[in-house]
Amino acid sequence: MRRFFYHLALFSLALISLTPFAWLVCATFKSKDDFFAYTFLPWNQPGRWTLSNYRFLFQHYPFAGWLINSVFVSCAQTVIVVTLSSLAGFALAKYEFRFKKSLLIVMLTTMLIPYQVMLPSMQLMMYRLGWINSYAAIILPGAVSVFGIFLFMQAMKLVPDELLHAGRVDGCSEFRLWWEIALPIVRPMIGAYTLLNFMANWNSFLWPQIILQNERKYTLPIGLTNMMSLPEFQTPYGVLMAGTLLSILPVVILFFIMQRDFIAGLASGAVKG
Amino acid sequence: MIRQKLWALQSRYAPYFFVSPFIALFSVFMVYPLCRSLVLSLYKAASPRSMKFVGLDNYRFLLRDWAFRGAVINTFYFAIVFMSLQIPLSLALAVALNGRRVYGRMFLRFAFFSSHLVGNVFVAIIFSMMLTPRHGLINKAIGAVFPFIGTETQWTAKPLLAMPAIVMASLWLSVGYGMIYFLAALQGVDRELYDAAEMDGAGRWDRFRHVTLPGLKPVLRFLVLVGLIGAFQLFELPFVLFGQTAGPAGYGSTIVMYLYFMGFDAGDAGFASAVGWVLVLIILLISLLQLRGLRAGRDD
Repeated sequence: MRRFFYHLALFSLALISLTPFAWLVCATFKSKDDFFAYTFLPWNQPGRWTLSNYRFLFQHYPFAGWLINSVFVSCAQTVIVVTLSSLAGFALAKYEFRFKKSLLIVMLTTMLIPYQVMLPSMQLMMYRLGWINSYAAIILPGAVSVFGIFLFMQAMKLVPDELLHAGRVDGCSEFRLWWEIALPIVRPMIGAYTLLNFMANWNSFLWPQIILQNERKYTLPIGLTNMMSLPEFQTPYGVLMAGTLLSILPVVILFFIMQRDFIAGLASGAVKG
Repeated sequence: MIRQKLWALQSRYAPYFFVSPFIALFSVFMVYPLCRSLVLSLYKAASPRSMKFVGLDNYRFLLRDWAFRGAVINTFYFAIVFMSLQIPLSLALAVALNGRRVYGRMFLRFAFFSSHLVGNVFVAIIFSMMLTPRHGLINKAIGAVFPFIGTETQWTAKPLLAMPAIVMASLWLSVGYGMIYFLAALQGVDRELYDAAEMDGAGRWDRFRHVTLPGLKPVLRFLVLVGLIGAFQLFELPFVLFGQTAGPAGYGSTIVMYLYFMGFDAGDAGFASAVGWVLVLIILLISLLQLRGLRAGRDD
């Protein structure tokens, strides 16, 4: 009996935690008049359910463009940051070279500094470079991840030196050692970091909000926020919710594909750190 | 002969080659903007072309500005309330899910964690609808459970309710996330320790206090540090929820929001940089306090 109530309590909590999702999905299928009239959906009147919000979203807003922009920026940034961080992490874990210590110290110092302090000076720099409204202003600074390098450095310390040595004897270049020996060994970490980084980029708002000023160039968070701040009568709530649902969906799908790596990676990072 | 030489070169300079793209980007997009912003904080910048050296005036003004003081108080208030709710709730969920015979653990874990997949901006948009007076889901639920409160609560228009609304949204976003970390740590606690404690006649609470909690210490510290640093950078949730304003009577303002308004609405990059360096100072102080706590913790 006690175990029954224990589970009842747990599952009710889980249900509460999932309710906003259910509400969001329902909200996208309600017409303007039904939006607040029904808490979830007019269940017994399926005739009132509608796809008009989705149609409106794609016809009256450059939503498809925002989606493509978001996919492009997030993918480009993720590929670059994973490549650069794993290369630098490999070098720091497996080689001795000059200035290595000083480099590590400088990197560590910047890790505790919140990036917001650089926003004004970065904006001035992008202004000088003529990169306002350009994705380079988002992708290139985003390719610098001290956190990512430390993650890869820790993971690649576990690559056995004997294996690298054997590769050298067989005539592998140092670059191929990274690509063919080190990377496959840290594969689970790559999965976790890729997802984590993609999510952060997909959702990032503050810096793109400063850089992207042309509506056609917006990414999803910027586009939706601006949709929301239009006067009430211009953006029907159902349309805004449809846009929100479509913005969340890609991350959720990606998470389902990679969830094993992700949760393992998340947890191992904390337990070791 | 030449081939051999080239081969020797590539193996000798490989590490420099591997770190050089990172170092180039790191210098241009991290080291330089940081130094530049320190210099910039001593200037008054009406536009990129007209800058005036003002020394420490920006900082002096900050200390006296009531709007900045309000933003700092709000941010501290959020950080303290949020952390003191998130940590116990995450821990409680993790302990509940870690029981020996819990059915549907995978589902439960996903149900609690899934909200973390939603970005801050999207959470703010969803909550702005759910917090609507009378019709919003949250107010309807409150009206149903506590009829004496009713459904008319103006979450985003009443100054004293501004931060509680943000705390609520943040909790939905991050309790499950904390739970995942605690669960991983709980699974690392040695089962034999529990059995030994049970043999010694330790009760349920004693076992939790003397076996579980010490095993959770590293994760606890990690979550507190990361959570506090994140809390002091609070921006998206209030900014979007309050329609790109500082909230009712400025009660939804945070340090980063103040920085944004000063730097990109009022357009003074110098003053905004000074705000940024105050934020740096606060976060460094918190990290230092945490590190000292870490060292003190190791001694006992």
